[in-house]
Amino acid sequence: MANLRDLTKKEELLCGGHRACAGCAAPIAVRQALKAVDTPVVVGCATGCLEVTTTIYPFTSWRVPFIHSAFENSAATISGVEAAYRALKKKGKITRDIQFIAFGGDGGTYDIGFQSLSGAMERGHDMVYICYDNEAYMNTGIQRSSATPKGASTTTSPAGKVIPGKVQFRKDLTAVMAAHNIPYVAQAVPSHWNDFITKVQKALAVKGPAFINVLAPCRLGWQFDPAETIDIMRGAVETCFWPLYEVENGVWRVTHKPREKKPVRGWLEKQGRFRHLFRPGNEHIIEEIQADIDRNWEALLARAGAA
Amino acid sequence: MSKRVAITGNEAVAQAMRQINPDVVAAYPITPQTEIVQIFSTFVADGDVDTEFVTVESEHSAMSATIGASAAGARAMTATSSQGLALMWEMLYIAAGLRLPIVAPVVNRALSAPINIHCDHSDTMGARDSGWIQLYSENAQEAYDNLIQAVRIAEHADVQLPVMVCMDGFIVSHGMENAELLDDDMVRSFIGQRTPKHSLLDVDRPATFGALDFADWYFEHRRQLAEAQTHVKGVVLDVAKEFAKVSGRSYDLFEAYRLDDAELAVVVLNSAAGTAKEVVDDLRDKGMKAGLLKIRLFRPFPHEEIVAALAGKKAIAVLDRADGLSTMGGPVFVDVRSAMYDAPGPKMVNYIYGLGGRDIDTEQIAGVYWDLARIAETGKVTSPVTYLGVRE
Repeated sequence: MANLRDLTKKEELLCGGHRACAGCAAPIAVRQALKAVDTPVVVGCATGCLEVTTTIYPFTSWRVPFIHSAFENSAATISGVEAAYRALKKKGKITRDIQFIAFGGDGGTYDIGFQSLSGAMERGHDMVYICYDNEAYMNTGIQRSSATPKGASTTTSPAGKVIPGKVQFRKDLTAVMAAHNIPYVAQAVPSHWNDFITKVQKALAVKGPAFINVLAPCRLGWQFDPAETIDIMRGAVETCFWPLYEVENGVWRVTHKPREKKPVRGWLEKQGRFRHLFRPGNEHIIEEIQADIDRNWEALLARAGAA
Repeated sequence: MSKRVAITGNEAVAQAMRQINPDVVAAYPITPQTEIVQIFSTFVADGDVDTEFVTVESEHSAMSATIGASAAGARAMTATSSQGLALMWEMLYIAAGLRLPIVAPVVNRALSAPINIHCDHSDTMGARDSGWIQLYSENAQEAYDNLIQAVRIAEHADVQLPVMVCMDGFIVSHGMENAELLDDDMVRSFIGQRTPKHSLLDVDRPATFGALDFADWYFEHRRQLAEAQTHVKGVVLDVAKEFAKVSGRSYDLFEAYRLDDAELAVVVLNSAAGTAKEVVDDLRDKGMKAGLLKIRLFRPFPHEEIVAALAGKKAIAVLDRADGLSTMGGPVFVDVRSAMYDAPGPKMVNYIYGLGGRDIDTEQIAGVYWDLARIAETGKVTSPVTYLGVRE
């Protein structure tokens, strides 16, 4: 459980001056995640918005050791760092306790980096992988990923005359990672900062690999006013589009159950990427999205024994 | 005490890795390198090394984890072949660009398609412009010796570059040879400890590795990488001198075999050099002034020394076990001929041989020397690039 007063006293490990867009949720997620750290930490990051906006040579926003090597291998790279730590600690060359966090966007995690993530988790490295999921390849200009929700218009799944945005539903990566039977898996969002920071604390505390999927809206790709980032995140939770839950040693638990589950329609309406769904003839897509959310939510509640 | 043993190339390389005792090895099995990984796994399982062995799910992750480990200050190694090296391709450039002193044996094998598990050099030739130092080895002894020296070369303060040590798949990797292994303590004192200037695990002095360079810095950093390559030659020679003191075996940038007074010269890498030496001896007995230049350091390319060694010859044939597919010859030919441009000009020809493990025999190499004799006599090159031993 995080305490706001204590958190404000902690040093910002991702310092200001980075080049992320106003309203970008990625640096908010990173700052919150690093607030959960009490020991020295080494951070790895996949190629993507977070990396390009925070490490423009000769500057860096990272007050912690940081490595970026390529796009699809944040997990593999940090697994090597963690292996080096174990080797050097065994030899007495390092005495401090150090934690390891790998970041990647949904492109670097769900798609191109999925193999290296799966491998690193299976090998049992003592590391936390945090996916900041902005639901498309935002760094290259908003192309669809397997995390892009059905119906969203992106530059490679544009809403056209015959195809109304992305046809497929999104991949449920959090559940896929839970199926790796690692000690800790969670889904979170920075609008619910206490829930998120607590999850990062738990993920760091377990021995072995942990995975957290954190929703990080992109105001350019999702097309909303940059002042509304936090509201958009809240909406994702209140509609159960993005349920907050954790899987601790195989036990599923919903960590935040909205008092009233809101229809997804109102949330979609606030985002330009779904604008075309409100045109005549596309109503059925909104219904399909709602039906999918309902089905997934009920399945989650059943899994978590909270139905 | 050194000991003389019957050993395969893969076993010799695995023994060198045991003696180097790296902090981290991240590797993925691939024919014909597989034995190296298997043998090293038994060293880990039996506690013969202190290494953290990362059993990655691909070669891309092997190189990525090795990069992470090396950036963390560890002495880190991997090993691969062929498609594995091809899958690492993206990360090879990053290892060199981040100036990480990784050492990797590469067991040369043909690239697909068609798929083929046997020896040629198309894998490492594809990596020749990645910024890695490349050392080539004629036999198991040289692969073993090169691997140990590679640690010192890579980690030298003036170098800080990754090194791949190449040996021929099956021919050397699986062939049993007589070789001399150094004593474990000799190897450990020869390679010493790695002392990195910056490390990810130096948490009190946080550093950012792999930052983004725009047009205002990228060129300078690539220029530094090029500058580091110019230091390699001297370091390779210095390390060889020290290695000779502990091993009694001497190494240079290349081996000149009966080359000084030769009029006709063949240039070759790796195991075919052994066959070619037989041919040279035989032809010398017959009165031909034949000689051989076997390149050890191919990247960076020691062009001045090679030109000095080849200048004044009447005709030169470069044997390439990889095809550049440029229609103007293989990669070694292109480099040697380019280096010789300003030298008083011997005629030069190229032979592409041995692709996909096709054997090359003494008769074929002798044929190359007879071609050179004809070229030297007539001054005419009728076929600048010839495919040797292929059904046309």
